[in-house]
Amino acid sequence: MNARILPYVLILPVTLFLCLFFLYPFVLVSKQAFSTGAGFTLDNFREVVSYWKFPISMQNTLLLAAAVVPVQLALALLMATMVNKMQKGRDIVLYIWTIPLGISDLAAGIIWLAIFEQSGFLNSMMNGLGVVDQPVNFLSYQHPGIVFLAIALAEIWRATAIMLVILVAGIGLIPKEYYEAAEVFGASPWKRFTRITLPMLRPSLQTALVLRVILAFEIFAVVAALGGTLFPVLMGETYAYQFDLLDSGAAAAMALIILGISIAFTLVILRVLRVPKGATI
Amino acid sequence: MTDATADAVAPDTRATGRYLYIASIALLCAWVIVPIYFLLINTLSSPETVNSFPKPFWPEFDLGSLTFFAGFAGMLTALKNSVIVAAMTMVMSIVIGAPAGYALSRFEFPGKGLFRLLILLTRAFPLPLLALPLAVMFIQTGLDDTAFGLALVHTTLAIPFAVLITFSLFSGIPLELEEAAWTLGCTRLTAFTKVVLPLILPGITASAIFAFVISWNEVFAAAVLTIENRTLTAFLLQNLDTSPLHLKFAGGFILVVPALIFIFAVRKYLFAMWGIANR
Repeated sequence: MNARILPYVLILPVTLFLCLFFLYPFVLVSKQAFSTGAGFTLDNFREVVSYWKFPISMQNTLLLAAAVVPVQLALALLMATMVNKMQKGRDIVLYIWTIPLGISDLAAGIIWLAIFEQSGFLNSMMNGLGVVDQPVNFLSYQHPGIVFLAIALAEIWRATAIMLVILVAGIGLIPKEYYEAAEVFGASPWKRFTRITLPMLRPSLQTALVLRVILAFEIFAVVAALGGTLFPVLMGETYAYQFDLLDSGAAAAMALIILGISIAFTLVILRVLRVPKGATI
Repeated sequence: MTDATADAVAPDTRATGRYLYIASIALLCAWVIVPIYFLLINTLSSPETVNSFPKPFWPEFDLGSLTFFAGFAGMLTALKNSVIVAAMTMVMSIVIGAPAGYALSRFEFPGKGLFRLLILLTRAFPLPLLALPLAVMFIQTGLDDTAFGLALVHTTLAIPFAVLITFSLFSGIPLELEEAAWTLGCTRLTAFTKVVLPLILPGITASAIFAFVISWNEVFAAAVLTIENRTLTAFLLQNLDTSPLHLKFAGGFILVVPALIFIFAVRKYLFAMWGIANR
């Protein structure tokens, strides 16, 4: 086949597929959000925004992202630098640290439920240490702080691995000569980290943060497993609109709001961590 | 004198640092493994033990919870649906995605930048949200509540990864190998099947497994798009409020097992995949 048309033939299936199942539904969801049957309207948005649960679910989603993502970033950076210096046992440690990468959010929620539920392991441990006599029902409305903590821990536990993988791959691409040169000039390990690793890692940090922040706004199953209705989040409300209230116009409006927040944050991250032109490794 | 003390102190602090380093690595490993171990205890205990207090800290190797799980109405069908959907996703995302990955690695063509942008865009969007309008579209076309319909949505989730991963894999194979095959009388197609394919096959398998797990783990779209033919994740989510603890834990454990195998199977490719997919 002609080498000029061949690449187009090869990318045609993906392009068609994405047009049909990505761009087209995106148009549909926008249409659904901006109409209630007759013409263009903002009623759906007005409805979801004025609902009493909206501010609290928005606040919960943002707070959770603000609590979880920085911890994950710090933890992933720490793990990546630790494993980078390792000579023995690197493979096994990396295998263990990346296990959560394959675990779904629902399963992660269930795993942490085993720890935090009333007859769970946290209560059993505290009982064994003599701190409590009776098991405490942590995941109830009396303990909103612990519900938040349980969800945040489950998220940190589950989703640090994806950042770790991206950062380890990124650190692997930094040429060793930079570190050798820095050592010759007597830079301390901390200096080397802040002056070489961090700036050189910018593209990887960008990818990792964008991916993580978007996923953080989509948080759903972990919350469903641990908090249920105690901790409303945006995605859970979208699900409720679709199924409990059977209002797909409102669900579509919620979807667009989540989309809007995700895009806004993506742009901010890309701008803050932008790589200067021509400054590639 | 001062030299002597410095020499005596330095190895000491180095040793402490070394212990600290090893201890923190061990601690971080425990942080990952211990919660999974707790789930294992719950899965391998009888339903009575799972609901009792305080909990034992070692499994009693009782299959009561797992038997209950297997006997629970609709559970095995849900498990079967999950496997079917994930298998379809795996095949579709590779068959559709790999040619594009090859095109990106081998050709310079007008529109390449736009195409890459489209791929990256899909990764930057909360994709499960698109399941909402697709639910309507599927009812119109008769794809609603079918494994194939859900597999199409999961393929949309998996395809950006499939394209970027195969792109990085194909880029790792020198073009010279293919050119050598052409001069020896191979066509573009036979050079591909005889030279490139055998080299790339393990990597393709890795990205296929990745697609499988994306579908296996997906909750939101599965819950939106299936009603009768629930997948395991959708089934568990729907029954979270009503199902007893031992059923949740056994179900969660069944969800986790493929993850352990998956990471082990693709561990060699995980970092190479992301290294180039970053660019």
